[in-house]
Amino acid sequence: MNLTELSFPTLCFYLCAAITVAAALGVITAKNPVHAVLSLVLAFFSSGMIWLLLQAEFLAISIVLIYIGVVMVLFLFVVMMVDINAARLRDGFWRYLPVGLVVAGVMVAEMALVLNGRYFGLAAVPAPEPAAADFSNVKMLAHLLYTEYAYAFELAALILTVGLIAAVMLTFNKRVGSKRVDPADQVAVKARDRLVMHSIPAEKEPVVEPVTDGSAEVRS
Amino acid sequence: MDQILQPFEAFFGPFWVLIWTLVKIMIIVAPLMGAVAYTTLAERKVIGWIQLRIGPNRVGPLGLLQPVADGVKLLFKEVISPTKASTQLYFLGPVMALAPALVAWAVVPFDDGLVLSNINAGVLLLMAITSVEIYGVIIAGWASNSKYAFLGAMRASAQMISYELGMGFALVCVLMISGSLNLTEIVQAQGQGWFAEQGLGFLSWNWLPLLPMFLVYFISGVAETNRAPFDVVEGESEIVAGHMIEYSGMSFSLFFLAEYANMILISTLTALFFLGGWLSPVGFLPDGIWWLLGKAAFLLFTFLWVRATFPRFRYDQIMRLGWKVFVPLCLTWIMLLSVWLFSPLSIWK
Repeated sequence: MNLTELSFPTLCFYLCAAITVAAALGVITAKNPVHAVLSLVLAFFSSGMIWLLLQAEFLAISIVLIYIGVVMVLFLFVVMMVDINAARLRDGFWRYLPVGLVVAGVMVAEMALVLNGRYFGLAAVPAPEPAAADFSNVKMLAHLLYTEYAYAFELAALILTVGLIAAVMLTFNKRVGSKRVDPADQVAVKARDRLVMHSIPAEKEPVVEPVTDGSAEVRS
Repeated sequence: MDQILQPFEAFFGPFWVLIWTLVKIMIIVAPLMGAVAYTTLAERKVIGWIQLRIGPNRVGPLGLLQPVADGVKLLFKEVISPTKASTQLYFLGPVMALAPALVAWAVVPFDDGLVLSNINAGVLLLMAITSVEIYGVIIAGWASNSKYAFLGAMRASAQMISYELGMGFALVCVLMISGSLNLTEIVQAQGQGWFAEQGLGFLSWNWLPLLPMFLVYFISGVAETNRAPFDVVEGESEIVAGHMIEYSGMSFSLFFLAEYANMILISTLTALFFLGGWLSPVGFLPDGIWWLLGKAAFLLFTFLWVRATFPRFRYDQIMRLGWKVFVPLCLTWIMLLSVWLFSPLSIWK
């Protein structure tokens, strides 16, 4: 392969693909769970870059926005907060290894069937036409989502809202005697309600009378 | 221009795109870093004047060499890492804090056509990049292996996640009336309308019809950058310096640079989204990059002004403002706006 024939996108692809594979390996080999989660973030990010090379800009940016920006932050919180004993995690390694190998084998076989099959490949699925310069992936997607698939889209939104409310209700426990303050009440308070002015007559100075024998006696 | 670049392009082959982009990036980042350095001086000067002090005036004329002196001092300080810190991540933290603050500039248009990458999904990219900023804080807080640092990181990330919502919703309103995710088109859309035709362009910018969203965006921006009055993250009376507590020398100054770079970014973005970017406020003056710089500089001054004026919020007040004030306000405004857009009274036809 001649280097000058290599286009820049191809170079980018190999770079991103290499990083993705390395990061994915990091996820399963890292001793520290926090390092594993951060490797997963890197894997997500570089696969997002590969999608960007495929001109799927909305998908690529969404994975950064949603998975890296929100979901993985949550993961990281959980992993950081939970005290994980790395040595104990490794205990069942040999016991679970056969099961893991079987699952991995099945996955590899499935992928090989699909990717090597005659339904998939350049002959069956030709490369798409390069998009025009003013082609907007996001606009296209939005158009489909809000016209043809509006019903499914709104249904998904409804389900998510229900899920959100359910999650809040499940974890919500109303504490009795909580000292929560209501800012509206705080703002609306009047000086009168907090401060009462009393008129207290001034105390008289104790009168000190000189006594004839020289010592002073205080009389109240 | 193309004639001059032709031999270079032939020489570098497939790497030419990379090299030419790197050159453009340097043209953006170098002045930005200069601006960051002088923002630190401006902050000390402005707050000094507000508090009837003089501010730094010893190094160079009017103290103008102060940022250079600070930079040199930080460079020569020893970089220390705590014994039980996770060393690689400990030094990755400040890098992750600064990098997104610089990456976001890729889609910022400085003038009509003067932009590094004029992509269609510019706003989405900005939101994605700013959501990555949080990693610098979390990684730094965790890798320091210190309680204060971790508490600071927790506070910072909770605050950043909360205020990202407000910023996102405010941007949704901007998108709805511009009908585009491209920043250049968003600015151009602000130059149209009845007022713009009368030569009073500043009245057709987004800040007027979206006034609540303008405020929400800017206040959320202040909170997002963890600046006063939302600076519980590094509230020195409670948790010393938050996630930066264990850092020294250059690794600390990277956080510092990131904070100021983010301030400049938020100011510029607010100017682009709501104050018409490079558009001139009145008809008889030409449009140009100086308007954008001027607007961004004014908003940057507001950051400093706010810091010198308001006392620090309590943590529950910050959360309340983000979730119980801004989010309902934004949702209401989105609904009102969508009705307005399709009503006969719409001004965006």
